[in-house]
Amino acid sequence: MEFFVTTGRYILFLKNVFFRLESRRVYFPKIIQEIHELGMSSIGFVSFISIFVGAVVTLQVAYNLENPLLPTYLIGLSSRDSLVLEFSPTMISLVLAGKIGSNIASSLGTMRVTEQIDALEVMGINSASYLVLPKIIAVMFINPFLIILSIALGLVGGWLAGNITGICPTEDFLVGVQYEFIPFNLAYSLLKTIIFGFIITSVCAFFGYTTKGGALEVGQSSTKGVVYTSILIIIFNYFITSLLLS
Amino acid sequence: MIEVKNINKSFADKKVLNNFSGYFETGKMNLIIGKSGSGKTMAVKCMLGLFSVDSGDILFNGRDFINISEYEKTKIRQEIGMVFQGGALFDSMTIEDNIMFPLKMFSGLNIIDMIDRVNFCLNRVNLKNVNTLFPSELSGGMQKRVAIARAIALKPKYLFCDEPNSGLDPSTATVIDNLLKEITYEYNITTVINTHDMNSVMEIGDNIVYIEDGKKEWEGDKRNFLSSGNKKLNEFIFSSKLFKKLKSAI
Repeated sequence: MEFFVTTGRYILFLKNVFFRLESRRVYFPKIIQEIHELGMSSIGFVSFISIFVGAVVTLQVAYNLENPLLPTYLIGLSSRDSLVLEFSPTMISLVLAGKIGSNIASSLGTMRVTEQIDALEVMGINSASYLVLPKIIAVMFINPFLIILSIALGLVGGWLAGNITGICPTEDFLVGVQYEFIPFNLAYSLLKTIIFGFIITSVCAFFGYTTKGGALEVGQSSTKGVVYTSILIIIFNYFITSLLLS
Repeated sequence: MIEVKNINKSFADKKVLNNFSGYFETGKMNLIIGKSGSGKTMAVKCMLGLFSVDSGDILFNGRDFINISEYEKTKIRQEIGMVFQGGALFDSMTIEDNIMFPLKMFSGLNIIDMIDRVNFCLNRVNLKNVNTLFPSELSGGMQKRVAIARAIALKPKYLFCDEPNSGLDPSTATVIDNLLKEITYEYNITTVINTHDMNSVMEIGDNIVYIEDGKKEWEGDKRNFLSSGNKKLNEFIFSSKLFKKLKSAI
């Protein structure tokens, strides 16, 4: 029963976010600010994780392809497809759910319990739209760039790991990375990323915005937001994949 | 002037406002007083539209505030200033940006005029050289004054204050009370203050509404406040030894 109540509240919350908007000039600077705060500040974190994920994927692929009949360039090809189709869009989105999602939920939760959201409402501002819409737009916009960066750095990590360990020479790795590249795979990956960006921001914002109580409840909202977001990302990942790739 | 007529508000089985009524006059310090949990904050939040009422009417200068569209409500809200209990200043903004925020959203002024207005409001609440500071860098009393400056930035017709001197020392609390009184008289604002501070009641209460269990128990002014004869109000006023001594002295 609680599931349906929460879902209903979430839908009403989204209605508030997308209708009765403030003027456009209000949103533009806020979107730029959110792109900086939520997106640009994640570049270092995403880069670090991507390089190591790429390296590990390459090592694992090489371990599974230890067969003299299989060409070495398959290591590059498999690493590329794993990173493009799954590791970068899904894993990085799950990581961002923790970083960006908890940030959004806790900041909105704090604003709620310190009456800052009430202050906006009293001024006659649609607080849900003013606070949340720029975050949603910013993350949906910047996430694909982060994922492209993640894929690129993942491949760099894979290439480094292949070279350092000597399991895949540079030439073979590059041949594999370029071999039978399907552009649709990248489009699928970026589409997933945009949808995950929406889930991360809207779900975490919902839990933060609807916080009741004090500091303890802000922490609980943040945790709830990240948990629900992670579950939804996994579920939507399955449905998007079965719709677009099967 | 704000008229509140028989408003009711319940959460599940708990009735927090029970036929609450009040008449809050323009240019006067209207105080809603009562014990903690008596419903005074809820009464103010319902008057601001932060909570919907189950029944009853709220009129701002004769304009219905209950049965109107969200757009019309927004228009009335732009005439309202609010000082929250904790100040509710935006943490991520400087003091200047906090006060400039309502001006940016609604005034249509250019940046120079907005800065002038910010400085005027800060001067009015006796604050100087705080424009570039963040709320966390100010004391509680200064934060309250910034909150008042933000509340008056758009020249409101109505000013609501939720326990404006809670958490402040007696001397700062008096400064805040006097500031609110001066602003109310100077700009002829309808000010509604929610408090349980007896000093405030005796200092600035032009019109006092006593609320208990969500119901108005007494209404009057500070001249007949101590001698009202209302049993519930007297229990509230004379709960401290100091006021009991005062009563026997009277």
